[in-house]
Amino acid sequence: MSEIVSKTILQIKEGLKKRDYSALEVTDAFISASESNKKLNFYNTFTKEKAIEMAKTSQSRIDSGEDKILDGIPIAIKDLFCTEGTLTTASSKILGNFIPNYESTVTQNLWDAGAIMLGKVGCDEFAMGSSNETSFFGEVINPWSKVINKNLSPGGSSGGSAAVVSAGAALAATGTDTGGSIRQPAAFCGVTGIKPTYGRCSRWGIIAFASSLDQAGPITKTVNDSALMLNVMSGFDPKDSTSANKNTPDFLKACGNFNLKNLKVGIPKEYQISGMSSEIINLWETGHGWLKDRGADIIEVSLPHTKYALPTYYVIAPAEASSNLARYDGVKYGYRNSQNHLDDLYANTRADGFGNEVKRRILIGTYVLSAGYYDAYYRKAQRVRNLIIQDFNKVFKDVDVILTPTTPSAAFEVGSQQDPISMYMNDVFTVPASLAGLPAMSVPSGLSTNGLPLGLQIIGKQFDEENVLKVASNIEDQAKFPFLN
Amino acid sequence: MPIDKDTVSKVSNLARIKIDNNQLEKISKELEAVMGWIDSLSEVETSGIEPVANVTGQKLPLREDKVTDGGYSDKILNNAPEKEGGFFVVPKVIE
Repeated sequence: MSEIVSKTILQIKEGLKKRDYSALEVTDAFISASESNKKLNFYNTFTKEKAIEMAKTSQSRIDSGEDKILDGIPIAIKDLFCTEGTLTTASSKILGNFIPNYESTVTQNLWDAGAIMLGKVGCDEFAMGSSNETSFFGEVINPWSKVINKNLSPGGSSGGSAAVVSAGAALAATGTDTGGSIRQPAAFCGVTGIKPTYGRCSRWGIIAFASSLDQAGPITKTVNDSALMLNVMSGFDPKDSTSANKNTPDFLKACGNFNLKNLKVGIPKEYQISGMSSEIINLWETGHGWLKDRGADIIEVSLPHTKYALPTYYVIAPAEASSNLARYDGVKYGYRNSQNHLDDLYANTRADGFGNEVKRRILIGTYVLSAGYYDAYYRKAQRVRNLIIQDFNKVFKDVDVILTPTTPSAAFEVGSQQDPISMYMNDVFTVPASLAGLPAMSVPSGLSTNGLPLGLQIIGKQFDEENVLKVASNIEDQAKFPFLN
Repeated sequence: MPIDKDTVSKVSNLARIKIDNNQLEKISKELEAVMGWIDSLSEVETSGIEPVANVTGQKLPLREDKVTDGGYSDKILNNAPEKEGGFFVVPKVIE
């Protein structure tokens, strides 16, 4: 049954239909793969019994011919999505004992479609980090570590999601992306991930980090699988006031069209940053060539405010986080440091309950929102955000999609990046699309000189995931990426 | 923009995060480095540019003002660190 774990969702669906194996056999194979990879530390909470129970329900629907679109498909859930009755920690000590009594809309959509939950995978604490190292429960290890015999970071924040798919220990995983948290780990772990347009997936029941940026999306091996997962995860939700009241197109139909005639692909010159390694530049150029071969027009474009995107993000995201994380006060749920005075209870609970990076961002956020600095920092960043959006609007008058590298480097060693600002630089190519609410996808496209995965990013117009997926499936088809499993 | 220990103290109080005195110096240096990097935003000409929070332009929908949820305080209190008689318990606030 070991060959099961190297298959895609579409292949498993086919096999289940032909009775090559049962939903239970599929689930068992992925449970075994998770158990044999314990040292990679995928799970904060592994829900084996629940998975077996859900697999039996799936199989009974398959047997009676009433199967749903994801019946028999075992997936992992980022530990940022509230799951009713299952521990949901955001990889933080402060939520270390939190058991939600409600289900997030996105995960509910997946269970309604028949998907099977393997467990809750690790991430950076409250999704704040690009390496998984801010998790209270220890970082997930990148399955590609074995290639160079060093412990590599899976990226972050959805590092557990990307790692578990890469290792062939889940067919798909949910991720969330605020500034690159789906795309960067997907690139580091050699898998595919899409952050859809802001508003496409409901944020209800996802532990909030920065509400004007947070978006859910899938991480899978292939573009087709991401499209299928996104079909299920998307949709209008009255419980999220920013959820887009739009129909979900059939994203799977957008994939697999290998004629890109009349499609215009923008190459932003500002993404050619100084110090970028030649292997990234070469991969990017190879990407242009692949799309050109399929008939696309390659056009150089300019996004002049690109270099201000990261500083803008590091005002807006911490500001929103400082407000969102005010709810963790040791009173209603989670960890409490008991004290005789209420103010001491708050201050000590939050000092013990949050890790250093989360505290740093809450302090930055509080500072930029405080009297005297609000206009100079927060308002200023919101204005620059507008200029970044206008840059994209201008470019999207001339092109259909934008092609960039996903990250400025391949995965780095655990513990090798200690300085916060150099850690923030990991998201230099992913943050601009986040600030503009655009759909963006990372596709594994090649290997670095030492054999580690590299990704290309496709950015699309708002609510035009279809062109993003179309281009992504062309890159996938030409890259013939050597998946780990 | 220099961030001194007093500023860190003030901000940590606003954020209700206790910082030990011996950490103030270190944290002020860290915040100063990040804010110094953020200060590059001041080079951008933004006069006449509107601040943006809503990127898709969708209007906030309104719903009918009626109760749609609730009636399960027991379930909600299940996660409370301390509860009594259907209430969250905190240290005495009024003497």
